[in-house]
Amino acid sequence: MVVAQVSPPEVADAGVRFLDEVNSKTAGVSRLEMCIQCGSCGGSCPSASAMDHTPRGLFALIRAGKRAEVLRSNTPWMCLSCYHCVVRCPQEIEITDVMYAIKTIAEEEHTYPSNVGPDFTGVFIGQARHFGRSWELGLTARHYLRHFPLRLPGMTPMALGLFRHGRIGILPHRIEQRKQLQAILKRADELERAR
Amino acid sequence: MSSYLYYPGCSMEGSGRSYRESLAGVLEPLDITLEEINDWNCCGATEYVSLSTTPAYAMIARNLAIAAGEKKNGESLVAACSACYLNLAKADHYMGKQPALNARVNDALGAGGLHYDPGTVRVRHLLEVILTDVGLDKVRAAVKQPLTGLKVAPYLGCMVPRPDVNGMTADHDQPKSLDVLLRALGADVVDYPLRTECCGGHMTQIAPKVGLELIRRLVSEAERLEAVMMVTVCPMCQINIDAYQGEMNAMFHTKHKMPIVFFTQLMGVAFGLEPKKVGVGREYTNASKALAKALKAAPELALAAASAPPAPRARPDKRALPMPTMPQTPGMADSEVQE
Repeated sequence: MVVAQVSPPEVADAGVRFLDEVNSKTAGVSRLEMCIQCGSCGGSCPSASAMDHTPRGLFALIRAGKRAEVLRSNTPWMCLSCYHCVVRCPQEIEITDVMYAIKTIAEEEHTYPSNVGPDFTGVFIGQARHFGRSWELGLTARHYLRHFPLRLPGMTPMALGLFRHGRIGILPHRIEQRKQLQAILKRADELERAR
Repeated sequence: MSSYLYYPGCSMEGSGRSYRESLAGVLEPLDITLEEINDWNCCGATEYVSLSTTPAYAMIARNLAIAAGEKKNGESLVAACSACYLNLAKADHYMGKQPALNARVNDALGAGGLHYDPGTVRVRHLLEVILTDVGLDKVRAAVKQPLTGLKVAPYLGCMVPRPDVNGMTADHDQPKSLDVLLRALGADVVDYPLRTECCGGHMTQIAPKVGLELIRRLVSEAERLEAVMMVTVCPMCQINIDAYQGEMNAMFHTKHKMPIVFFTQLMGVAFGLEPKKVGVGREYTNASKALAKALKAAPELALAAASAPPAPRARPDKRALPMPTMPQTPGMADSEVQE
C-alpha cells in the first residue's frame, strides 16, 4: 500500500530538526509546533510592515526546514518585544521568545541581515557584563558614531539636553561585586556552550 | 506602613532621574517604604534575553538571589521600570517552570556563592502595588492639590500588562489601571486607545524609521484627544517619546509638542509637592507650563463644579429618528389598551 505524503521525507526531517533547534534555544517552552497559521501574530504586530516575513510566515518557513532563509530574515530583529502577539495567540505560543531564539542562532552564525541590531545589543551586553550596570552615554555615543554619524548633528541638542537636565552620567557606574558577577557569567557561558 | 524590597534599575539613575526623584517624594504620603537591594546589577533589559539564555537569566537571577537573602517578613520585590519588572518576573517564572533552566542558572549562581529557589521572591510592579496594597482611598486622602482640569493621556506601555507571566490582569489591551489612579488624583483622563501600544523600544537606536513612526502614532493620537501631556510608568517609554520627538517631527514634518511625565510626578504634585522637587522640568518638551496652567484654573473649576446647578437632563433631539417611547400618562395608556 502506498501512503501519500504531504512533503518528501527529507523536507519533513529538515523541518523537524530546525524546529527542535529553535525550541532548544528558547528560554521557556515555545509551543511552536502548535502553530495553526492563523496570522493573529502578524495582524497584531506594530512593526510587521518593516518585516520581510510576518511571524506566521516565518513559522511556516521553520517547519518547512528553510533554515538559511529564516536565519537571514530581518523579522526577529524588527520584533519590539511588545507581546501583543503572545497574549493573542490562540495556541499560546511564546512568540517573542521564539524570535529571541532565532536571533540567538543568527547571531552565533553571523547570518543576520544587518549588523546594526546585533552590534547595539552586543555592546549593551558587553557593558552590562563588565560594569554590572548599563552605561547609557557610552552605549549611545559609540552607536551613533559607528552606525548613524549623519544623525549626530540632529542628536546634539538632545545630548546637550540630557546633560543640562542632569539625566545622564558621564562615567559608568560599577557594582561592588564585579568579580562575583563575572564568575557567575563565566560559568553560565560554559553551561550555555555545553548545551 | 508596608515595606518592600526595591530594585531601581539602571535608568532610574540616569535618564529616568525624575522617576526616582518623584518616587522618593510620594513614599511618605503613601505610607510605604522601599528598601533598595544591595549591590544589584543590570537586568539586561530586552537586549540580553534576546540573544542568550543561561547567562542572561543568571544575570537577572543574581538580583533575585540577593533579594531572597534580604527578605525578612515576606516582602515583595518591587520594580518601577517595566523592563526590569518583566525580566525579574520572567526569570522567576521560567526557573519555576523549566527544571533544566533552573539547574543551569543555579549552577552558574553557585560559582558566585549564590542560590535562588524560584517562587521565593514575589516580583511586582510599582503601579500594581500602589493600586492593590495602598488603595485608591488612601491615594485620594493624600491629595492636597487636585489635578482638576489637567487633561492627560494614560500611557501604560507594553511590558506591565503583557505578557503578564503572573496573571495579574484579564485585560491585556485596554487595562484601566493607570486611568483610575490618575482620576483619583483629580486629573481629567482621556480615553486613550493606544494606552498599551509600543513606544518602539530600542528601534529609535537600530531602525529609526520604525521607532519614529510608532512615536508619531502615540503622540498624534494624544494630541487629537486634546491631552496636554502623556503619563507613563516606564523610563524607556518616557525617553523615547520625550527625547526623540524632535527627530520624529523632522522626519514627518510635524510640529508636535507633547510633554510626557511619570505617574509618580503627577502624584507628587497632587500630594502638594513643588513640581520642581518631583523632577518636572527635566523633560525636553517641558510639562511645567501645561501643569501650572491647569493648577491655576483648578480652584475655579472646582468651585464652578460645586456651585453649578445639576445639569438638566438632555432633551431628545427633535431632528432625530423617532424612538419607541413610553406612554405619557398612565390613563392614556390604559384607554389605549382597552381599545
